[in-house]
Amino acid sequence: MFYREAGQFKTSYKADQAIFTITQDKFFVGAFLIIAFGVVPFFIDDYWANAILIHVLVYALAGLGLNILTGYCGQVSLGTGGFMAVGAYASYKLTTSFPELNFIIVLLLSGGVTACVGMFFGLPSLRIKGFYLAVATLAAQFFLVWLFNKVGWFFNYSPTGMIVSPPREVFGFLITGPEASPAVRYLFCLSVVTVFALAAKNIVRGRIGRSWMAIRDMDIAAELIGIRPLEAKLSAFAVSSFYVGVAGALYFNVWLGTAEPTEAFDIFQSFFVLFIVIIGGLGSILGSFLGAAFMVLVPITLKTIMVDGMGFAVGAAKHVEVMLLGSLIIFFLIVEPHGLARLWQILKEKLRRWPFPY
Amino acid sequence: MTYERTIGDTILAVDQISLSFGGVKALSDISFSVREHEVFAIIGPNGAGKSSMLNCINGFYHPQEGTITFKGKTRRQVRPSEAARDGIARTFQNIALFSGMSTLDNIMTGRNTKMNKGLFWQAIRVGPAEKEEMAHRAVVEKVIDFLEIEAIRKTAVGTLPYGLQKRVELGRALAAEPDLLLLDEPMAGMNLEEKQDMCRFILDVNDEFGTTIVLIEHDMGVVMDISDRVVVLDYGKKLAEGTPDEVRTNQDVIDAYLGVSHGEDE
Repeated sequence: MFYREAGQFKTSYKADQAIFTITQDKFFVGAFLIIAFGVVPFFIDDYWANAILIHVLVYALAGLGLNILTGYCGQVSLGTGGFMAVGAYASYKLTTSFPELNFIIVLLLSGGVTACVGMFFGLPSLRIKGFYLAVATLAAQFFLVWLFNKVGWFFNYSPTGMIVSPPREVFGFLITGPEASPAVRYLFCLSVVTVFALAAKNIVRGRIGRSWMAIRDMDIAAELIGIRPLEAKLSAFAVSSFYVGVAGALYFNVWLGTAEPTEAFDIFQSFFVLFIVIIGGLGSILGSFLGAAFMVLVPITLKTIMVDGMGFAVGAAKHVEVMLLGSLIIFFLIVEPHGLARLWQILKEKLRRWPFPY
Repeated sequence: MTYERTIGDTILAVDQISLSFGGVKALSDISFSVREHEVFAIIGPNGAGKSSMLNCINGFYHPQEGTITFKGKTRRQVRPSEAARDGIARTFQNIALFSGMSTLDNIMTGRNTKMNKGLFWQAIRVGPAEKEEMAHRAVVEKVIDFLEIEAIRKTAVGTLPYGLQKRVELGRALAAEPDLLLLDEPMAGMNLEEKQDMCRFILDVNDEFGTTIVLIEHDMGVVMDISDRVVVLDYGKKLAEGTPDEVRTNQDVIDAYLGVSHGEDE
């Protein structure tokens, strides 16, 4: 009833292949973007920006990256934390070596560097699959974090081994460093993530996306219709790592401000992003956002309810939170193994037929 | 219905192909040639090496001996993806569709090799990439129309019944506009109506697009009706080659199918 496409006719292939084909969808997404860009920045404060919005956005971007690799191309990776570190350190080295460089260019270049590193660590995927590939990418995770800890050049030989993001401006607005206003940082992240999400959607519904999905679904058949596995897999690693690298750069520069590899980019980062992708929905752009929102917001909500509402001690609340989150993840995966994106799809289908059962 | 078909020159020549897996000889010393616009059938009992032969032709297996000449290019080893780019398409005995994608996307994937816009254009998807996508969509729509699968365009192929999946798979192969189409048991597991439909599609493809077809099939009625020439394999060896009538009366073929002892071969 609410989602019925009755009376909406498509007269061209272009209209048929648009991202949002139904007017209701367009309206909904448009309204959402207007609120996100036009309303939220006026009400945002430090807590909302840091704890929730930028947090979700950065992880949604990392989730997008991993989703391209795992969800669309079917290559499991546990190296996301390591690749985020590459993006962060690349942006740090670039912006400290060339302070004049526009931060957007720094961001893109860090993505490029990460893409190269990702392609290198993606080479084993041509020979090994599944769990074995996951282990190979795990090697990338540990190696990269070790590298950024040991080699002083990467952190400019700072005595603490930490990297600190210097203040940088984009179009005259300060976006990094402690002085940057939450609204500007939020808007910057939102713009980057919006553009990248749109690009990802375009890629996955075009030729390259189809070749990834073909490799994922049946690699032999894909090869027999002319898709080169080397090209498809490495391009997936490259694009995915690019996204993860940009997410890492945002994570370090805009969100954290300071970072230290063993803590900020450890194996739990990789798992966190993997959970985002699995819970959100493998092979879904929307799923990356839903998954990131879920993984970030649920712990915060639980904590708020338990500590502020029920008077638990912070430590006890933390334990309960971990247990609850774990059981929620298991519950979700049993109820809907295809993630939140599929739940949304089912809901849409229900809305379409409402009030009739079928 | 009668129509004029001009059988052309040899498009595919298989010359003394031998293939073995360890000690097992899957194919030994097989030679035959397929002419342009022809419907060519490979038949034989189970384990005769028919699928192995197709796998050699499109580069999935690499024969130890012998050469394969396709469109004047002689090669022994070729990558499957390169064979596909040369114009060989195939369908599989067990359906090998991309189960997570819609019918439309599956068939669009068949045209992947014809598209060439780079990542950048794909990402922004205005101008050239959009134009290219729409042009190929139009071709794919023709294939969809031809195979009468308009209604399932947006359905995920994993949920389709078997007969339709086979049709989508044929569509994916056709979308590549191949010069040579390899069909591995296109009618296996189908009922009579579905078989008739499939025969009609195969003959129409051959007639309208002039595609050369090499097919493996167990249904002798079908094979004898639609193929121009037949080659018979048994235990990796060639028993006979010729028109359906010649093959039908060949004593070796009758022996193979009725299970006469292979004598000192064994």
